[in-house]
Amino acid sequence: MEFALDSGNTAWMLASASLVLLMTPGLAFFYGGMVRSKSVLNIMMMSFGAMGVVGIIYVLWGYSMSFGSDVGGIIGNPFDVFGLENLTDADGILAGSGVPALVGVGFQATFAIITVALISGSLPERVKFGAWLAFSAAWVTFAYFPLAHMVWGGGLLSGSEDGIAAKLFGTTDGAATVSPIDFAGGTVVHINAGVAGLVLALIIGKRKGFGKEPFRPHNLPFVMLGAALLWFGWFGFNAGSAGAADGVAGLAWVNTTVATCAAMLGWLVTEKLRDGHATSLGAASGVVAGLVAITPAAAALSPVGSIILGVVAGVLCALAVGLKYKFGYDDSLDVVGVHLVGGLTGTVLIGLLSTDTGLFYGHGAKQLVVQIVIAVAAVIVSAVVTAIIGYIIKATSGWRVSEEAEAGGIDLAVHGESAYETVSAGRIVTEVKA
Amino acid sequence: MKLVTGIIQPHRLDDVKSALEAAGVRGMTVSEASGYGRQKGHTEVYRGAEYKVDLVPKVRIEVLAEDDVALTVTDVIVKAAQTGKIGDGKVWTVPVDDIARVRTGEHGHEAL
Repeated sequence: MEFALDSGNTAWMLASASLVLLMTPGLAFFYGGMVRSKSVLNIMMMSFGAMGVVGIIYVLWGYSMSFGSDVGGIIGNPFDVFGLENLTDADGILAGSGVPALVGVGFQATFAIITVALISGSLPERVKFGAWLAFSAAWVTFAYFPLAHMVWGGGLLSGSEDGIAAKLFGTTDGAATVSPIDFAGGTVVHINAGVAGLVLALIIGKRKGFGKEPFRPHNLPFVMLGAALLWFGWFGFNAGSAGAADGVAGLAWVNTTVATCAAMLGWLVTEKLRDGHATSLGAASGVVAGLVAITPAAAALSPVGSIILGVVAGVLCALAVGLKYKFGYDDSLDVVGVHLVGGLTGTVLIGLLSTDTGLFYGHGAKQLVVQIVIAVAAVIVSAVVTAIIGYIIKATSGWRVSEEAEAGGIDLAVHGESAYETVSAGRIVTEVKA
Repeated sequence: MKLVTGIIQPHRLDDVKSALEAAGVRGMTVSEASGYGRQKGHTEVYRGAEYKVDLVPKVRIEVLAEDDVALTVTDVIVKAAQTGKIGDGKVWTVPVDDIARVRTGEHGHEAL
């Protein structure tokens, strides 16, 4: 196939990739504001650390494992385009819209980075930085790339004729009759990260004093700033997933916005009724819940359908963040309550709300069944792989810093820094050496 | 000589300071404090988790005064800080053995 450059599409995809990259520092602020002041640098460093590790791995074998030649429907061949050698524009994932192969690589790399960074929200204030970096490398290789391949690279969870959906409801013209819908990463990104967060919270254990001592968010304006950056970056995530500057991107943009607005209001009303106040943390959390839920559905729903999806996601996630206290797992910043619950909500509700294939639009329940199947498959893959990596790290280097380091503040213990200069932090500079 | 200490609502500080200046008080020390009396604390809810906040922010004012002025200082603070609601604070007076002015080394009434 001859490659013909489309400069409009290429410009949009370069912009989208840059937007999605900004989400990870945005996430660092979103998470950073929610921890105690003695741990803010460590949680922000977990996001930046993921950028360092995953960015390099993606270029070396990540792209090839996601989009290389299929091996058993599970994984792409890591040696196909290892290090991006032999990658030609005509073989690129966005060749159809005239976008050079490397632009597609960059766009996809930013997704891998943010997915790993999301997991850090379930384990702040207590894990070794080195253990986190090792986990990032292993998890993105054995959980993220396979799932990305299965869903987006033509594997088992895609609409290919060898996929599960094709086995369930047959094929038409060499593809599944009822194709799974995961537009921008409900399964690959959010269910994947949400399950990983839950499994790690269980393996690593609670912070000292969880459920007894107060863990109030130390800087809510940081959380609001982070939510704003995430929302802005998410336009690259969702509208960019159209792969072109076209009407699908426009639909995804509008759906992303209204679902997010609706989810924020849904969260605020829920907590106003339950707790008595509409809070800033609730608004920021509702924004992210809406962004998560619309991610797989952004091109499949109408704008009105997106509003309905947003409200449902906002209410469900607001209720779900309380589960960790009931079940006693310290998913500190609610990766489960927001990303797993939001990701499942979006992925499954496509079966009802998809304008072309959904139950509510008179197309029967087949899409709903397919959506549930890919959601469950993503849960299983992520849980198994995360548990294996989590236990290996626990048995070798260990996950946790010492109790004294945790009590005294992980920022000082692990990074040798403190975020804020205060007398009450017990740190008065007496000598400066230059 | 006496030390008058007042614990007041932070938003009353400006009025109390002006009233003390008008009454001829030439110096004071102000610091941030936190605590509770009958007011007790309040609750804050973050993502559905309720936190009881026992200690609420207050401002502490300290004024050194001659024996015969101390009662006036107390009354000025009380009048200026009063809102009539629970949480207005307290003012108390204790005797002071000695005072030294750091700049000159003077002691006692000279230093006041």
